[in-house]
Amino acid sequence: MGVKIDRTKCCYCGACVSICPVNCMELKETRLTVDNNTCINCQACVRMCPVGAIALQKELKAKEE
Amino acid sequence: MDNQYDLIIVGAGPSGLWAAEKAASAKLKVLVLDRKQEIGPPKRCAEGLGLGWFKRLGLKPNKEWAVQPIYGATLIAPSGKSIQMRTKKVAGYVLERKVFEKHLAIAAAKKGAKIIVKANVENCERKNGIVEVTVNEYTEIKKYTAPLIMAADGVDSRVARMLGKNTANKPYDMDSGFQYEMTNLNTKHYEEKDLNMYFGTEISPRGYLWIFPKRKATANVGIGISAMQEKTAKHYLDKFIEANPKIFENASIIEVNAGAIPVGGFLEDLTSDNLLVVGDAGHMTDPIHGGGIGIAMEGGAIAVETAIKAHKAKNYSHEFLQQFTKEWFERRGNQLKKRLKARLLLEKLSDADFNYLAESLTVEDCLKIAGGEMNGKEKIMLFGKKLMQRPGLIAILSKYL
Repeated sequence: MGVKIDRTKCCYCGACVSICPVNCMELKETRLTVDNNTCINCQACVRMCPVGAIALQKELKAKEE
Repeated sequence: MDNQYDLIIVGAGPSGLWAAEKAASAKLKVLVLDRKQEIGPPKRCAEGLGLGWFKRLGLKPNKEWAVQPIYGATLIAPSGKSIQMRTKKVAGYVLERKVFEKHLAIAAAKKGAKIIVKANVENCERKNGIVEVTVNEYTEIKKYTAPLIMAADGVDSRVARMLGKNTANKPYDMDSGFQYEMTNLNTKHYEEKDLNMYFGTEISPRGYLWIFPKRKATANVGIGISAMQEKTAKHYLDKFIEANPKIFENASIIEVNAGAIPVGGFLEDLTSDNLLVVGDAGHMTDPIHGGGIGIAMEGGAIAVETAIKAHKAKNYSHEFLQQFTKEWFERRGNQLKKRLKARLLLEKLSDADFNYLAESLTVEDCLKIAGGEMNGKEKIMLFGKKLMQRPGLIAILSKYL
């Protein structure tokens, strides 16, 4: 479970935080943090992100393999 | 008792700072906390503010932050055909928000509000009718207390959630926004005195793309699209820039901005025990164009009216504070809800419908609209009449008008 943040893409705008239904993300100044133990893989943040900085961990793994 | 306040406002944006000035003017002891080290940037905003808002708020345009007078709007249909609605008088300004917000902060501090930056709220907890706010202030953990908290901490508000009020948005009610501030644009190919807005499902699905002029040859070039799209807002904006070399060939990007725009999922209740929610945190934006500076500031001011009453009555219960929700919907929210209905209608229009509208509206029609000669009903009648001539739209229109 969980998402991965690409920090080179992230513009720390908080769009993902605003939409997270389980409140597992937080933006501290410029640093976005995510509690992947709470994440439910709903992908709302993946779609919401204006710059494509968030991806599902399992999809990233699938790509690597 | 230095750490006790009457009102703690979390978030030093337009809504929080405007509220702080109003509350401090009414002799409330006010603390404003912002997690950022600097008030203002990074902006999540296209920075347009209509003249009506200056009047409503009693705000005087200042050249230091009201950097570009705007005279109207140019709407560009998917076909490229444009409709210009312009008046001889200034219709609004594009702001330099980082300067604007500093001015608001200085004004609030002058009235006696205490502002602290680089102060991240780690926790909010109710204790015997008072809220204890735990703040990480430049690595030092401090505690402040107040009977009333105002959550003005933006779309990603967590303060309201800490006090048990869920302010999370639903994907359908959100637009995903992305913007470049660009300079050395070719001013021959966009209207420098207008807000330029481009429509079309290919250009900007369920939203629009904008060029908001901000000083000579410099503008906010941005886009807001439905948050349900597969592709990102950045993808659509980059595509548009590449497709329009006439405007952008020699341009440089001097700022990158991103953000989420609540466009319609209003909070039915903006309060809880000891809590008022304002601005983007309270989903206070216009569902049609996504603008929110004026609405957020007005919302902050309305919230302060309730805060003053609560302070006098020493009553901070949910029941008492609910008068803020009632007031806000009466004075602004209900009107915005109507505009949400209008947006749902606009969403149904196809590119062909937009093109038809652009072709069929006459210069006289546009002048009448821009000149304020038409009221809302007359405008709807005009658009309705034009759109009725297109088969397939009658059913949609009859449902919404």
